[in-house]
Amino acid sequence: MLPILARRIANIIPTLAAVVALVFVLFSVLPGSFVSAMNEDGRTTIDPAVMERMRKEMGLDDPVTTRFAKYVGHIVVGDLGTSFRTREPVTKLISPRVWPSLKLVFAAMCFAVAIGVPLGFIAALRPGSTIDTAAMVGAISGLSLSQFWLGLMLMYLFALQLKWLPSFGYGDGGIYHLILPAIALGVGPMALLARTTRAAVLDVLNADFVRTARSKGMTETRVVEWHVLRNALVLVITTIGLQFGSLMGAAVVVEKLFAWPGVGSLLVDSVFQRDIPTVQGCILLIVTFFLLINMLIDLAYVAIDPRIRYG
Amino acid sequence: MRKLAWLAAIAFAISGVTAVQAQDTPRRGGTIRMTAPYAASFGSLDPHTTPRAQDDIINKALQRTLYNWDTANNKLVLELAKSVSVSEDGLTYTYKLRDDAYFHNGRKMTADDLIWSYTRIMDGTKGFPAARYVRILKGAVDVEKGQAKEISGLKKIDDFTLQMTLTDRVEPGYYFFAGSTAILPKEEVEKGNFAANPVGLGPFKFKEHIPGSRVVAERWDKFYKPGMPYADKLEVLIMAEAAARDVAFRNKEIDTSILGPAQYVAYRADPQLSKGILEVPEMFTRAMQFNPTYKPFADKRVRQAINYAIDTDLIIKRLVKDKAYRAVSWLPPSSAAFDKTMKPYAFDPAKAKKLLADAGYPNGFEFELSTSQNESWGLPIVEAIIPYLDKVGIKVKPKMVEVTVLTDVAMKGEHQAFIGSNLTGPDSLATLRCYYSKTPRTACNYTTFNNPEFDKLLDEAGAEGDMAKRNDLLRQANNLLYEEAPVWFFNYNKAVLAYQPWIHGLQANPTEITHQYPEYVWVDATSPAK
Repeated sequence: MLPILARRIANIIPTLAAVVALVFVLFSVLPGSFVSAMNEDGRTTIDPAVMERMRKEMGLDDPVTTRFAKYVGHIVVGDLGTSFRTREPVTKLISPRVWPSLKLVFAAMCFAVAIGVPLGFIAALRPGSTIDTAAMVGAISGLSLSQFWLGLMLMYLFALQLKWLPSFGYGDGGIYHLILPAIALGVGPMALLARTTRAAVLDVLNADFVRTARSKGMTETRVVEWHVLRNALVLVITTIGLQFGSLMGAAVVVEKLFAWPGVGSLLVDSVFQRDIPTVQGCILLIVTFFLLINMLIDLAYVAIDPRIRYG
Repeated sequence: MRKLAWLAAIAFAISGVTAVQAQDTPRRGGTIRMTAPYAASFGSLDPHTTPRAQDDIINKALQRTLYNWDTANNKLVLELAKSVSVSEDGLTYTYKLRDDAYFHNGRKMTADDLIWSYTRIMDGTKGFPAARYVRILKGAVDVEKGQAKEISGLKKIDDFTLQMTLTDRVEPGYYFFAGSTAILPKEEVEKGNFAANPVGLGPFKFKEHIPGSRVVAERWDKFYKPGMPYADKLEVLIMAEAAARDVAFRNKEIDTSILGPAQYVAYRADPQLSKGILEVPEMFTRAMQFNPTYKPFADKRVRQAINYAIDTDLIIKRLVKDKAYRAVSWLPPSSAAFDKTMKPYAFDPAKAKKLLADAGYPNGFEFELSTSQNESWGLPIVEAIIPYLDKVGIKVKPKMVEVTVLTDVAMKGEHQAFIGSNLTGPDSLATLRCYYSKTPRTACNYTTFNNPEFDKLLDEAGAEGDMAKRNDLLRQANNLLYEEAPVWFFNYNKAVLAYQPWIHGLQANPTEITHQYPEYVWVDATSPAK
């Protein structure tokens, strides 16, 4: 297992390098700069002499190749650079945002798995029934709903009307502030998981080995637990992994709506303000998270399905 | 029995009067919950590093500048000085500083702090935004260029007396009331972690910053205004989404909320919410600026024609939902140089067509209009003016770009026309300098306006020491702009702030309504915040 783990971690590095290079090049050609972005609120006037000094201070006038070389040189020693906006290290800007993001993503996935997987499972065991139809209508709706609209509706119902929960903010970091944004973020993955689980279970239910197990006299419960579940889980876990990995970046709409201090909202703010070092740092973090989660999922397959072995 | 009834009535009346008086008397204690609506985070809590309006919301609580804006009388006032005397030539100002201003670390402010702060701002390697203000001091440019270590125009007479020599006859208050010129303690800044632990002279001292969520500050008991601040705590909550702010406000989770056009209509129609609306014409002018390098716009008649062709009042009423005032010329109504007798361009498509024909465009022409997606001065407005201009033969091609890019486009002159929002106060002379011929496009002369008569008026205004005469000259200059029409004069922003019934002391600040001086704000006992 350890050699496999080491190989997987080594494979992450070229992917990260490609992402770093791509983001750097993209932001080099994107119009607008941090200096011109300071006027984006329509309420600020920046002096041209100051703008020139800012550009010099931030190295924005250096050739792209020079800037890239400097950036790579810093990255390899773990230095993500200095934020144009705050003039502080990017790591200092990102680090307080990581835990709130992880909390939100984890809570959203817990909601999605807890509701979506059983829902899909039940729907598959009763194909064509009312439960199946209702579950799939719900799933399609969940996939179609805008997170922004859903978030506002949740605020309206649970905060304004019922007064059960606060409508926004991080509060003291406790669960009350986490519930609504987690549901708003988790509905999409829940819907996808319900559909995926249903499809995976239906596929396995029709397999030869399941028919054989039944004809050997096994109880239906034993068939589902021992044969169906384990075989269907591989696809379900793949979906969970992909969703989990992408949620940190996808959480931006929910973070902005609920004023949740996560990495997603920092990323979007930094893009609008052309705070390139911070953008690069956030993307690096999100991509690393995605790759690590998928690596863990790949390793989890071995535990679930003994037939899967990595050479 | 009747006597008892009378006594009860009198007692009841007295308690009512007392309750009203108690309501008017500021209550000590409680928590103020303001919102920061312009972005999803603060740029920095080091005021020297940021010019952003959002950051100034909290910096008005934590920091102080030499001057401040008296919102009640709409003028500049001294904040960190008790008095000032001016030399005859109008270039040297001698300030008697406050001897009762303490930083949040307990140290008393002295003249050295002002000298250090302004010198820091002029560090040429840092590109601090406030350098544009401090540059008005004699010798400041030398520091910026690295040719000097000290600003020669700043002289410490004693610990509480500071002499400032300017390079130009201007009102220094306009330069030193900007939040980015705050006076900071050297020893705290040099610790190296200032933005994470800001220390200032403001009425509240920093307690906590959760990036992307909120800043919390506590009362500073040694603040120099007696009895102030009233509240125990101030929370500035970051809420960039208008819809979310609306829900939070209705749910009584926040005390104030900036309203957009849609919410303005809803709140005005609500019998309860309409009681808590503060409106002020801010010092921002929205306009479509013409680039005269594009041939049609080089002709004044074409520019005037566009002003006549658009029913601006209707757009403000229907699209902006009356959340703006019709622009007459460049300066807003709050400016002392604003001509109250002037009328805006009338809606007169026939006159527009005639002007276009006279200018050699009887069949109109086509132009590209760069715009952002802003709901008050962006694409929705452009879409509204297209049919008006079409009726007089002018075809508009909208080109939507990010706001960030719009500034770049304007500065480089890569546009035929663009629509945007511009800061137009409080210094009317500095505002009109954006149309001075020597002001480059990169500085704010986006229309490359060049009119000798206008220049002459500004030169005379700059040299004039008498404020009434200066304002008269600026008025003439502003009226000339109306005539020359380098822009389509759209509107002056109407800032609207909704507030809860338990919060008092809010100020109608025309420089920026979210910039409240929190020492005057208090919450009564009905506030749900602890």
